[in-house]
Amino acid sequence: MTLSSPVLRAVATCVVPEAARLDPAQWDELEAIVARAVAARSRAVQRQLALFLTLLEWLPLLRYARRLSRLDPVRRAKFLDRMQRAPLLLLRRGFWGVRTLILMGYYGRPAAAADIGYRADARGWEARR
Amino acid sequence: MSTSPSYDIVVIGSGAGGGTVAQELAPLVRDGVRILVLEKGPRFADQDFTGRELEMADALYQDGGAFLTRDGTMTLAFASAYGGSTVVYTGTSLTAPQRVIRAWGVPGLDHGDLTRRSAKYAEQNNVHPLDDPLINDNNRLFVEGGRKAGYLVEQFPVNVKGCRGSSLCNLGCPNQAKQGTNRVQLPRAERSGVEVVTRAEVLRVERDRSLTVRVTEKAAGTKGAPSEWAPGDYHVRTRIVVAAAGAIGTSALLLRSPLPAPRSLGHGFTCHPALILVAEHPHPITNDVGHPKSYFVDHAASERFVLETCMYFPFVTAKSLTGFGPTHSAIMHAFPRLQMILILACDHAAPGNRIAVNRTGSPVVHYRFTPQTIDGLVRGTRAAARIFFAAGARRVHAPADPPLLQAADADRLEERITARHFRPGMLAVSAAHLMGGCGMGRSAADSVTDAWGRVHGLPWLRVADASLFPDSLEINPYLTIMGLADRVAEGIRQDWAATRG
Repeated sequence: MTLSSPVLRAVATCVVPEAARLDPAQWDELEAIVARAVAARSRAVQRQLALFLTLLEWLPLLRYARRLSRLDPVRRAKFLDRMQRAPLLLLRRGFWGVRTLILMGYYGRPAAAADIGYRADARGWEARR
Repeated sequence: MSTSPSYDIVVIGSGAGGGTVAQELAPLVRDGVRILVLEKGPRFADQDFTGRELEMADALYQDGGAFLTRDGTMTLAFASAYGGSTVVYTGTSLTAPQRVIRAWGVPGLDHGDLTRRSAKYAEQNNVHPLDDPLINDNNRLFVEGGRKAGYLVEQFPVNVKGCRGSSLCNLGCPNQAKQGTNRVQLPRAERSGVEVVTRAEVLRVERDRSLTVRVTEKAAGTKGAPSEWAPGDYHVRTRIVVAAAGAIGTSALLLRSPLPAPRSLGHGFTCHPALILVAEHPHPITNDVGHPKSYFVDHAASERFVLETCMYFPFVTAKSLTGFGPTHSAIMHAFPRLQMILILACDHAAPGNRIAVNRTGSPVVHYRFTPQTIDGLVRGTRAAARIFFAAGARRVHAPADPPLLQAADADRLEERITARHFRPGMLAVSAAHLMGGCGMGRSAADSVTDAWGRVHGLPWLRVADASLFPDSLEINPYLTIMGLADRVAEGIRQDWAATRG
């Protein structure tokens, strides 16, 4: 499973709803950030991540008879909410990791920082005058 | 393996501990003593500090600032650079509380002595409270809300000179205003003839007092200067080794070295686990301009938490909020109206919380949250929410269900914020005050070093960083590290003078 797979996009648009409005170039930018972060991790962590994304994709089959990427947004959000509250640490931790990567990919883009009104500048107070 | 010249003293690490030791030993160079500082990270030029979040996090921090504990429930932030973590802290400089040093119970470590030494570095590094016109709304609201809510709010003395208020301290000051060891102690040491080699990782300390060192090449497109030495492996001989690679770095180094180290090596790890809390005000405030961390509330002794003002960057803020989806996005889009508070739990050394190494010798940190630590986070979160509402916030985002607390919730924070919302793996806990692993104490039976940083049974090996703390310090650690490093340097000077007789 690659990081540009439908399941990652399905999770991303659920975690950050505005991500659904990204154009192809912006998606590429998001995915490149995620790919860089994943590449910097150990092989074991990369394997765990790929495995967890597979789990996220297929686990909804048990409850909704559909894969995650085929679920409607409401059910998708409900399913991911269950993941983040799961009694099993392994599931909570896995979701937390995927969520963190998506937030990094989305908010790590300068355009997203500007969009939320973040204006830090090396010139400090001088830049606000 | 390449060879290299022999040295009399080698200091491993160049942060608050290593930088201080280097400066304090530098006068020995005049007497012909050869001193070397080995730093794993690169030497950055002024223009390298761009303030761009991901770029700087990747350049400065181990694992981009997200070094995970073994069970993956907390991230640890520590820097690798000329100047170590003093490059990336906010410059907050407090002296160790007397009750903490007494509780440590280290024979030969006196609070008065430590305070005097810390004061020396406070003066050297221009530590002072910021002038009022430089304080931003994010900090003012903390003072106002804290006082209204009945808390004693204190101002942080900070080590800045010519602060322009970029708010980017944690990404390395782009204006060179922060007076870390990279600005003060290391340049002084180098001017006196101490040699500093960057991008030089010490792999092992051998029984014969030699060091196996790997110097890495600067990768294309990365920040920082190339190493002063050619890339390759070195076998460095020395007479005295000072390990000051930080709590995790030093503990891991000694654990993977073939030394008869005391059994408690790696144990006693504490880190002030921290949560970032945000609140939304009805109008824009100055938050991403100005020094981010100017005030604090210290409830360590009574309720096991400390609150500090803070302001983080978009990604760190996003990952620190609980939950996801429209609520999360709405808070992120309120960024210009956000007030932030950092909650630090004052954890204590607990069995099992320790630094270890894996098969390849890389550090692995085992950490479990004790009920007392969770309680500190819960109480701190409630206190932060009280301060936010007292300061006029219209809603607070906290670990609760649902996570948005409205002003009407202000009277029932005990019900809304409870330990069940603080289960590990449900919230973004991070820590930057990494302490312990080579704790000071009486003997090898209860500790790794004595009160002067000498490793029990290995008098040629000293430790001079936060790994010396036998338990949590309960405040920001840098001045205390410098005070302890000053003692380590004094011990070395005395021993050196004695051997010269």
